[in-house]
Amino acid sequence: MDGFEPKIIGFCCNWCAYAGADLAGISRIQYPPNLRMIRVMCSGTIDPLYILEAFQKGADGVFIGGCHLGDCHYMAGNYKTRRKVSLVKRLLSQLGVSPQRIRLEWVSAAEGQRFAQVVTDFIGEVKELGPSLLNQEAARHG
Amino acid sequence: MDKKIKLAIGLGSTCAGCDIAILDLKEKILDLASLAEIVFWPTAMDFKLSDLERIGKNEIDISLYHGTVRTSEHEHIAHLLRERSKVMIAFGSCSCFGGIPGLCNLTSREEIFETAYKETPSTVNPEFITPQTETTQDGHHLTLPELYNDGKALPQIVDVDYYLPGCPPAVELIERLLPIITKFLETGELPPKGTVIASDKTLCDECPLTKENKMISKIFRPHEIIPDPKRCLLEQGILCMGPATRGGCGARCINALMPCRGCMGPTAEVKDQGAKMISAIASILGVENEKDLSEDEVEKLLNQIKDPVGTFYRFTLPVALINRRIKEGG
Repeated sequence: MDGFEPKIIGFCCNWCAYAGADLAGISRIQYPPNLRMIRVMCSGTIDPLYILEAFQKGADGVFIGGCHLGDCHYMAGNYKTRRKVSLVKRLLSQLGVSPQRIRLEWVSAAEGQRFAQVVTDFIGEVKELGPSLLNQEAARHG
Repeated sequence: MDKKIKLAIGLGSTCAGCDIAILDLKEKILDLASLAEIVFWPTAMDFKLSDLERIGKNEIDISLYHGTVRTSEHEHIAHLLRERSKVMIAFGSCSCFGGIPGLCNLTSREEIFETAYKETPSTVNPEFITPQTETTQDGHHLTLPELYNDGKALPQIVDVDYYLPGCPPAVELIERLLPIITKFLETGELPPKGTVIASDKTLCDECPLTKENKMISKIFRPHEIIPDPKRCLLEQGILCMGPATRGGCGARCINALMPCRGCMGPTAEVKDQGAKMISAIASILGVENEKDLSEDEVEKLLNQIKDPVGTFYRFTLPVALINRRIKEGG
């Protein structure tokens, strides 16, 4: 779709992914501006509700960034994230939403370059998918 | 008592289990009969829609509505009742949250017609004739209610005063209505609007089974296991909706060693029952050896949950955050 700029909500953990985004920033690494980032203390605190609500309110994609497995600041939060996100993907695909609209990535605080790269990649993928139908649905029902 | 309240019981897409639940009051039904004059209850007595239409505005004191709003007729009854009633109660899970018929949101009217009037092996319908809202045959004008694409809960259609969830509502909860009616009759006082006639806590709070160590590595469907009758069913690997479901039902399924299916809906603090349950399952499934599991093994573990929507939103799909299936990418 021409000229489509997806709206992507990102949830990034304070200790790794968000710090990785910071590093990308201070290193002046460029990536598209479609990501609206929300900092959470741990990716494990991301309630499935946040993801569903993001889509319901018109997000075209949801990005979730956490520490690499084994590196969680709170020991095992990201293992929970892994299972939660997988379940939400299953739920959404049953509801007709492509699971590719959710991207879970592990990014450490030292991986500014990687952060920019996975986000760029994800934004490209969502662009391919086009606008979320839930968004249009929401617009239609006011 | 000479003065009686006027009671109406209307219905949408329902199995009439809610009507049976009212009759299950047994001898207390006589109390109900002495408290209330029934002005509309088509399931139990000979009432027609015109009887309801004849009643004036606010003339009914309390009306109960059970069933999902699925057709234009259901919606019409809901509006009629609302207009004519001082107090309207959503009675049963279908009316409170959309209920089992609300799972129709996983498909569409078009697909339903396609299956029912074309694809089923016993159907011969080469012209693909489907129900129309009106038709004229031999000079007779015939009408049918319109089947809606979406199933809806009552509060999505009209303003609802109270909720009495359950599939069907537990008799103990229906009994709680009687003192409310009596008080209303004597003093005109009512509980605060929006009250849910049930517990404010989750089912786990009133569950009689022992919870020890909530970690599971395998999920069993109820027919695959004979559960230990003393231990939490979820801990034994049976998907029980207890942690995400409102209590007040007396844990009747649990007492029969069947897992909770979530008919009481979420508690007041919870916005989306399914999301809460996903959160709960993700916290206990495959925790023990989570650090040794590969991506594939995690996927395999979660593959055991065959029907996420049907399991986590069995009774609440129409009121869920994402409340119907959309069609993306064909």
